[in-house]
Amino acid sequence: MRLLRAGRWITSTALLLLAGVYVRALVYTPLERMQGAAQKIFYVHVPAAIWAETAMILVGLASVFYLFLKDPRLDRFAAASAEVGTVFAAIVLTTGPIWGKPIWGTWWSWDARLTLTLFLFLLYVGYLLLRNAVTDPAERARFAAVLGICGMVLVPFIHFSVYMFRTLHPMPIVLKPSAPSLPPSMLVTWLLSLGVFTLLYVGFVIQRYALSDLREQLEAAGDGGRGTGGERGDG
Amino acid sequence: MLRAEELHHSFASVRALDGISFSVRPGQTLAIFGPNGAGKTTLLKVLAGLIRPQRGHAHVDGGRRAIGWIGHQAQLYNQLTVKENLRFWASLYDVHPPGELLARLGLEEHADRPVRALSRGLLQRVAIARALVHNPAVLLLDEPFTGLDRTAAETLGRLLAQHAAAGRATVLVTHNVEEGTGLATDVAFMRAGRFVHFAPRAGRGPQQVGEEYRNAIA
Amino acid sequence: MRLPEVVRHSWTVASKDLLIEFRSRTAIVSAAMFVILVLLVFTFARDPTAVAAVDLAPSILWVTLTFAAVLALNRAFQLELENQALDGLLLAPIGRSSIYLGKLLANLVFVGTVELIGVPLLALFFNVTVWPYAAPLALVIVLATIGFVSVGTLFSAMTVRTRVSELLLAVLVLPFMIPPLMWASRATGPLLAGRPLSDIIGWLKMLAAYDIVFVGLALLLFPATVNE
Repeated sequence: MRLLRAGRWITSTALLLLAGVYVRALVYTPLERMQGAAQKIFYVHVPAAIWAETAMILVGLASVFYLFLKDPRLDRFAAASAEVGTVFAAIVLTTGPIWGKPIWGTWWSWDARLTLTLFLFLLYVGYLLLRNAVTDPAERARFAAVLGICGMVLVPFIHFSVYMFRTLHPMPIVLKPSAPSLPPSMLVTWLLSLGVFTLLYVGFVIQRYALSDLREQLEAAGDGGRGTGGERGDG
Repeated sequence: MLRAEELHHSFASVRALDGISFSVRPGQTLAIFGPNGAGKTTLLKVLAGLIRPQRGHAHVDGGRRAIGWIGHQAQLYNQLTVKENLRFWASLYDVHPPGELLARLGLEEHADRPVRALSRGLLQRVAIARALVHNPAVLLLDEPFTGLDRTAAETLGRLLAQHAAAGRATVLVTHNVEEGTGLATDVAFMRAGRFVHFAPRAGRGPQQVGEEYRNAIA
Repeated sequence: MRLPEVVRHSWTVASKDLLIEFRSRTAIVSAAMFVILVLLVFTFARDPTAVAAVDLAPSILWVTLTFAAVLALNRAFQLELENQALDGLLLAPIGRSSIYLGKLLANLVFVGTVELIGVPLLALFFNVTVWPYAAPLALVIVLATIGFVSVGTLFSAMTVRTRVSELLLAVLVLPFMIPPLMWASRATGPLLAGRPLSDIIGWLKMLAAYDIVFVGLALLLFPATVNE
């Protein structure tokens, strides 16, 4: 319970800070010369993309440790990180087109970051679907760990594929929304935004983790009250 | 031949094994009776090496090579013939199926029939043949009498007696006290992951053991 | 000289699988039919005036093979479900790797057979010359197939007992098929245009690296999918 409350605190603080960063972005940070107002999305888009990928690596690492240590907390963390990663990936995939339309003239482009994030999103969805499809908790944790590790190992290969793909399919428009070289005030805003997203990741993961912990405790209490309880696989 | 020391194992919050220790010597047949949920299958799986216990240690002389398992599932391939199935399973143990195995189980005339074409009773006998194909020193049986027809049940009883007479060990778990008692040299009652009784049968009949079981478990 | 145990046991498992599959023939015939139908769909969906067949052929080939592979993967562990034969495999004194390698091998032969049917048909339907490049093309196909099938075999062990197992398997494995699919497709194009093997060495190296990494990873992770 305490963990849940701590998580809520962190998330609320982060959201407030995010609003603050946005005020700074919209009011105090200069307009980017060529892209105009649309470029402001960059402050959300890029940190979210960084965390979408980092969350996947963390899922993979937690999965490795889970297979060695069998600690259910690691599994709960992996699941929480995957859910939060999915949300962040979705943010990237929605802000991307919103940013892209005014600038590139098209809703979608096979820009390196968008493509990578799309892959991540598909991996996350697969991970969550697998978790959902397996009923036994120990089996679910093991299977999710296997998939999580494979996903983490795939990431470098995706980077390579996307790089190759892009060199063979040049961008439709001149501008690269990916990494403009930043004047100091923009850099500060961007770093603040990254910091806020880090806090958001932490807050969301803690909340999600605490919720699954509570749910498991509730289920265990329910089973215990019923007497012998069901035992898996016994005749 | 077979030894368990302080076995503890839990699934989620359920304690399947809560401090089980025992040993079975050659020639002994241990029958473990218990209700559903007592942990019997888990115990067998730990003995077979399928589950590593969270605490404690189980040892079978000869390892997996020496273990034969008979459970509710036949562990056979429907599309292969009886002979092909036996040959496959035997090769995993690096042996050839013993020539007289089919005869012992009355399966000779069915040797080249695909398993899916067999009646239930025949299927059960093939499953028993599969378990014995590598001449195991230890037999583990999980509710073996469930759904067996009379011929198969008699065959199984006969085989278990032969197995014990050959100086081998058997552990049989079941909730059917009547059928299991006749074969046992030692009897145990299991409830909630523990043994509440463990003693040689010493001439007690199925009726008597049944009554003691009901008193102990109730 | 006796072969190392792993090889022997893997071969036992694989040959049992292949005996079952080729005896009943349903799976292999269905897979072959599927490939033919997909090629037909591409034929009729294509605007012949838009793009030359030889340019499109690599993409069509790899899409078809990818889908066929996904369908074929589920059968590996499906076989073990009927009478819980998998438990018997786990009880036997064989390494878990032997089970995985046996299944992988059987899957590779199965998918390979489908490919042997699909590639000539592709050449036929799209009027593409394939025969002179058969050897390097076979190399690309083998490397890419190992990549798809190694991951798919691992995942199929996990999805086989879930409710919509085939669909779930496809969803899980497709992100892992896209990189090798892309590299193989990029390698096939130049080959069919008659360019030498040295032109596509880079793609072959990536495919080989992918194969080594994922077969190795699958071997490490497979026990977690079957052990309790």
